[in-house]
Amino acid sequence: MPSLKDLKNRIESVKSTRKITKAMQMVAAAKLRRAQEAAEMARPYAEKMEDVMSGLAASVGNAEGAPRLLAGTGQDQTHMVVVMTSERGLCGGFNSSIVRLARTRIIELLGQGKTVKILTVGKKGRDQLKRDYADHMVGHVDLTEVKRVGYADAAKIAADVLGRFDGGEFDVATIYYGRFESVISQVPTERQVIPAVFDASQDGADSTLYDYEPSEQAVLEDLLPRGVATQIFTALLENAASEQGARMSAMDNATRNAGEMIDKLTIQFNRSRQAVITNELIEIISGAEAL
Amino acid sequence: MADMMQFDLVSPERRLASVQASSVQIPGADGDMTAMTDHAPTITTLRPGVLTVESADGKLQFAVTGGFADVSGPATTILAEQAMPLSEVTDEIMAELVAEAEAKRDAASDTGADAAAKLVADMTALRDQVRAS
Repeated sequence: MPSLKDLKNRIESVKSTRKITKAMQMVAAAKLRRAQEAAEMARPYAEKMEDVMSGLAASVGNAEGAPRLLAGTGQDQTHMVVVMTSERGLCGGFNSSIVRLARTRIIELLGQGKTVKILTVGKKGRDQLKRDYADHMVGHVDLTEVKRVGYADAAKIAADVLGRFDGGEFDVATIYYGRFESVISQVPTERQVIPAVFDASQDGADSTLYDYEPSEQAVLEDLLPRGVATQIFTALLENAASEQGARMSAMDNATRNAGEMIDKLTIQFNRSRQAVITNELIEIISGAEAL
Repeated sequence: MADMMQFDLVSPERRLASVQASSVQIPGADGDMTAMTDHAPTITTLRPGVLTVESADGKLQFAVTGGFADVSGPATTILAEQAMPLSEVTDEIMAELVAEAEAKRDAASDTGADAAAKLVADMTALRDQVRAS
């Protein structure tokens, strides 16, 4: 049975924990709004890019000598897995769910006898994957210093990935990130970026015939690397929004739990205080009766 | 006033302009071209240069470093890697971009050397154009 003093201390400590989680929740809410705005601003570019590329890919795609970024290397022996997670914790199952999806895929690929290379973006994913797959890791991108992800950050990651592709280090690249659906729902998503895949169902809907300068091939070759950068940028932005959303709901839960705990402890505190008073009274009364 | 078309300039991070324009002068990879309403649908890549827009409320100029343009009948959309209003471009920004292009040229392999050298030339031309304005 904890003493009254102990209980009081615990109530105080839980109260300050609640203050902190509450503050974190509000900070996450503000950051989430900004992240969502950034994601929205980036949308027109990404959509247009996708439109033009899928149109081009449909006309050039199967031709002889199509760019390797589109056609692939002709094999799929070596897989590059790019896992994007957050730099900080305290955001519920956000990082774990992305890592879990990536891990399932890695196990599957390894089971098929493929070579897997892992590139991590964000500290949390690296920490979780390091335990089992340290010898598969080929690189890590640190975004700790980055306050707001910009296109330049994505371009750097894309340049790294494309450099490795040109160097023949891998055949297929897939990115893993958390797609932002709402504050309470972030969906871990995988997306293959190299070779590029397009939603085939859109074909035919957009039937305008374009002139291409300098040529279809040249435009496509210029666009594909940009497309990779754009997809990575979109993923980074979605990830940032998801992280804040996840943190917000995790901190909301934590605040609520702290509140419940305070209630419970307060009841316990009152009971034991009452017990002490009753005890004292009994002692006084029995003392008086004994006289 | 000539017929108007919708003009959009978007960068990966935001939409820089969305106005009604009568003509847009585009620094295409194969040379400049001017797009007006009902231009034949064209997609062209961009070289570093100045984009000039004759919009309903005056002339707008932007410096772009690359990307591509999608010209279709009723609308012109520019997707620029990096773009900013010409008046905001400073010598420092240009110096940085030129240095970046030069570094790329020096690092380029045989196959990419021509393209990289062209990038430097275009970037330098853009710098001179910025200085002149």
